[in-house]
Parts: sequence; C-alpha cells; structure tokens
Amino acid sequence: MNRINNKLREHKKLLSIYFTAGYPNLNDTVSIIQELEHSGIDMIEIGLPFSDPLADGPTIQDSSTRALKNGMTSELLFNQLKDIRETVSIPLIIMGYFNPMLQYGVEAFCKKCQDVGIDGLIIPDLPVDVYHDQYKSTFEKYGLANIFLITPQTSDERIRFIDSVSDGFIYMVSSASTTGAKTGFGNEQTDYFERIANMKLKNPQIVGFGISNNETFKQATQYAKGAIIGSAFIKHLTKNGTENVRAFTELILK
Amino acid sequence: MKTTYNVNEKGYYGEFGGAYIPEMLYPNIEELRQNYLKITAEPSFRQEFHQLLKDYVGRPSPLYFAKRLSEKYNTKIYLKREDLNHTGAHKVNNTIGQILLAQRLGKTRIIAETGAGQHGVATATVCALMGIECVVYMGEVDIARQAPNVARMKMLGAKVVPALSGSRTLKDATNEAMRDWINNPLDTHYIVGSVVGPHPYPDMVARFQSVVSEEIKKQLLEKEGTKNPDYLIACVGGGSNAAGTYYHYLDNTDVNIIAVEAAGKGIDTGESAATSVLGKEGIIHGSKTLLMQTGDGQITEPYSISAGLDYPGVGPMHANLYKTGRAEFISITDDEAMTAGLELSQLEGIIPAIETSHALAVFEHKKFKPEDIIVLNLSGRGDKDLQNYIDYFKL
Repeated sequence: MNRINNKLREHKKLLSIYFTAGYPNLNDTVSIIQELEHSGIDMIEIGLPFSDPLADGPTIQDSSTRALKNGMTSELLFNQLKDIRETVSIPLIIMGYFNPMLQYGVEAFCKKCQDVGIDGLIIPDLPVDVYHDQYKSTFEKYGLANIFLITPQTSDERIRFIDSVSDGFIYMVSSASTTGAKTGFGNEQTDYFERIANMKLKNPQIVGFGISNNETFKQATQYAKGAIIGSAFIKHLTKNGTENVRAFTELILK
Repeated sequence: MKTTYNVNEKGYYGEFGGAYIPEMLYPNIEELRQNYLKITAEPSFRQEFHQLLKDYVGRPSPLYFAKRLSEKYNTKIYLKREDLNHTGAHKVNNTIGQILLAQRLGKTRIIAETGAGQHGVATATVCALMGIECVVYMGEVDIARQAPNVARMKMLGAKVVPALSGSRTLKDATNEAMRDWINNPLDTHYIVGSVVGPHPYPDMVARFQSVVSEEIKKQLLEKEGTKNPDYLIACVGGGSNAAGTYYHYLDNTDVNIIAVEAAGKGIDTGESAATSVLGKEGIIHGSKTLLMQTGDGQITEPYSISAGLDYPGVGPMHANLYKTGRAEFISITDDEAMTAGLELSQLEGIIPAIETSHALAVFEHKKFKPEDIIVLNLSGRGDKDLQNYIDYFKL
C-alpha cells in the first residue's frame, strides 16, 4: 500500500499501464513489467485473465482468451512474480474478476499477493458493499489497497461512500463503456472530470477507458492525478511483440 | 423464524444470489431493484399484465390429466401445458412482465440474450407488440443450429447480433448483452430470460413466472380437491420454468420438489450440463451460485442435446434448493430425454420441447405411488426441435 501512496504523493501526473498476464506469450509477464518500469511508467496493472470478462471489450477479451489458452492460472502468475521485487520497485496491482480469486480462496489469494509484493487489487465485479461487509479486513491484513471504479453514472452519494472505504486511488471510468470501446473525450467527459475534481475527494483519481495516446493522456490528467492505458497497449503488443515497449510509452509521454 | 426458500431482502437465497456486477452496471441494477416491486404491484400494471396473459398469451394454460402416461407409470400425472402459450413456451410470461416494466421505466430500447432462441423469440414478440426496438444477442454457434428461431426473430423485427467471443453460445451471448448494457446505460432495458443474473433479476423473473404455480393451485383444487400435489417436476437450465412451478409451494414442504438437469452424454463424460453435480460455488453473470468451472475459476462450457439446458450455471434459487435438500435433483441423459419425448408424443399426442423431455424422463428413473399426484411443467412444445428428433430417430 505504501508504494501506491508514495507514488501518489509525487508531484507529477502518473501513467499506469495494464497488460494481460500470459499474453502474448505465457512467460512474458516479468519482462513486460521490467520493460515498463525502465521506460518510465509509474504503475502497472497486471491483468489476471478470466474466461468471461464482462467489463472488457474485444481487445482485452481476446488477450485473455489467448492467455488462458497459453496456460495462465492464478498459481502460475504468483510463481512468475515470486522474485519480481528484486528488480522492480514501482507499484504493482492485480486486476482481475472475482471468481478466480474466490476459487483460489480470497485469504490465500491476498496472502500470495503480499508474499510476492503486490500492492493492490482491482476487482470490477466485487461490489463495494460486499467488499466492505466481508473482505475489507482480509485485504487490510495483507496490506492490499482495493481500488474501486466510478463512472459518469455513479451518484455523488455513492462516490462519497467509495471514497470513504478506499485507501489509494479511485479508478475513474471515463465513459459508459467497456474497455477499448471509445477513444477520445468530448464535452461530456470533461464536464464529468470537472465535477469529480470539484468534489475534493480524499483519494486521488486515475482515469481509465478511452486513453490511447499523448493527447488523451493530457486531457485526462488535466483534471486527474493520472491515467491508465490498457487496450491500446495490448494492441501494441499484438502488433510489435514485447521488444518495443519503450516505443509505445514514448508516444504517450512525449 | 420459519425457514423460507424465497429471496431475502438483500437478494440472497441462503448463501446464493446477490449482485456481483461491475460499477458500470450498478445504476441500472439499482434502478430496477428500487422500482420492480413498486411498479409490479401497481393496479394498472397488474391489470395490463393479466389482460395480456389472458388475451395475448392464452392463459390460464390447461392443467391436463395425462391418462395414458399415468397408466403406464401407475401414478397420477398432470401436465401444466405451458407449451400451449403463444410463442410455444413459458418464456413469454416473463417477457410480457419485463416489457411492461421497461415501458414504465421510460426505456426505449430492449436487449436480450438467447440460446436456443425461445427467449429471443418471446422478447422479439413483445417488442413487436409494443413497438420497441429490440436487439437479441445469440452465440454464433447457436445461430447456425437454430435457424428457424433466428428467422422468427427477424420476421418480428428484431436485430439478431452474433456473439463472437468465447465459445459463441448462450454464456457468451449473455456476456455480450451485459456489455451492450454497459455501453447503453440510459435508454436500454435488458430482458434477462431466466432466473439468473444479479439481484433483482432472479426474483423478478420468478415472480413473473409464478403465474404457473398460482394457476396450478386453483386448477388442482378443482380437479383433485386439494391445492397440493405430492410432487412438482420441472427441468432446470437457468431454471425459470422450474421457479414458476415451485414458487407458491417453496415453503410448503408437504409438496416434494424435483428438479431435472441435463446430464448430456453422461455425468462423467465431460459433456454434461448437470450443474448441481458438477458445479461449485462461484460467480457467473453477476450472481453467486453453483457453476461449472475449472479449479482455477474459469467458467467451462456445458453440453446438452437441449440448447435450453446447456448453461454452465443455475439460478440462485435452485442452488439453494439443492444445497438445503429442499429439492431432489435428478440428471437425465440425452438418450433418456429423447426416448421420453417420443413416448409422450405417442402416448398423449403431445410433442414436447427437448428441455421438457428431460423432465418427462424422470418416470423411468423414479417410482411413484399409484395415489401420488404429480404435476409436471410441460414447459415448451417441440416444433423448434423437430430437426433434432428427426436426426436422432432417423424419422
């Protein structure tokens, strides 16, 4: 948790990158993480692939299907990450759906996260109220921040509740969409970004969905602490393999 | 407090149910949760719902004493004739209810998922009736094997969108419908076709289908002088016809409940859809329930000859009926079902849907007493399955 909070205290706009573990090749996980850190990324979301990713568009769906075919599992991911903290110091977050964690055992999963040096989790289909009632103490016991999503349709009252149970940042979904569905922001988004900025929440916000280049990164971070790129990076990996990670990040941060 | 097998105020049946949904769907689900009981209790809603069920669907559906079938198995078998409903199955009870709800919520666009196409047809039908735009998601594989129902939906004015992700069947069509809803949260209502999905869907769909057991009570009283049969039998995929059959008897333990699942080629063959036997607790389509999955929590693809039963999960009501032992679960193979379907055709002159044939196969599996009164939900007619029957029996 400290790694996330320390990072959030830095006086800069943060770029977080999502990739699907096990894609394009089963054992790319560690080298992608190392490359991303070397290329100046602030935070990484490691996607734990799921057979039925409800909130994801075709790009992340396809990468998940491929990763599962490659043989990715929760256990294998933890094995791949077991020495990651010897070489990587930026915050690492696992993003995945709840069912694989439930089957692993929520407590066992959290413990493994702590063992390998994971700082937080993003679980889109674990509702904030269920987390609050049943799992908060477990996450805290293993020092894991749980990151919640808000959308343009989330009520102010619910945003305040999410802010109150969050410790880290709030994942601000830029528009009503699945991942990778839209690129670019219109007035609707900037109004929403402003509205949230004016709420003066205790947790900083990082914007995700719809960010794919330098322009959208700048737009998003005009109001928020940082931005997350997922589908655009997966597309880059599909096209260019894992050799040229820096070429992608340079285009965003130029 | 008396045990109840119905839903609690938090949306759970025992430990099953709830709403495990991404935040993007929260406002839609919350809007439904806050309004569905209120709206469906309004006198104008009740009046319109019952009028349509009567004049458009043709309810009440008959409770038919199957004399020759009863003689063969030396017991008393009544068939609840949902196959005689408009569109040929029980599905329309739910789509009528949900379209009226959607209108009252001000929604102008309807989406739905479908496997065999029965729910898709029932949805396209009510959308045509109300003049509302309709988009039905259907797995690419199912589109190929259910061509007549695809044509029916198109003729009714619906747009049929192939689900191209995953295994390209019902589970993926459901994912695609949910993704559509995430992308269109304001004007769209999602008509879920079974007692699955996040709360309040399982309860809402069960309530719309509960007209089935409401009628059984009245009809059985007339015919047998009692409201209570000894056994209720229904097939279970997601479980909406079963939920409707059991609904008003859930807490009446004088009435035994039998739920029939599809064993496919056999429980141990790897080609089965018997969720109660093969499933473990987990989360599918926003609901905590029993589902077929790998040890790593990836959802697996079920198999059944019946496209309406090959769903990897089961509604949370049924997961709880299984876990508590309130219902007896029986698995029926493809072969047993097909044989039972042919038998009903030739004993009673009724060609059942293959889903229903699974329920009918129970009589070869379980011995009943001569004085037992059994009500079996004849959930659908077999027209849509003719090609399957023809291929199977080389007719």
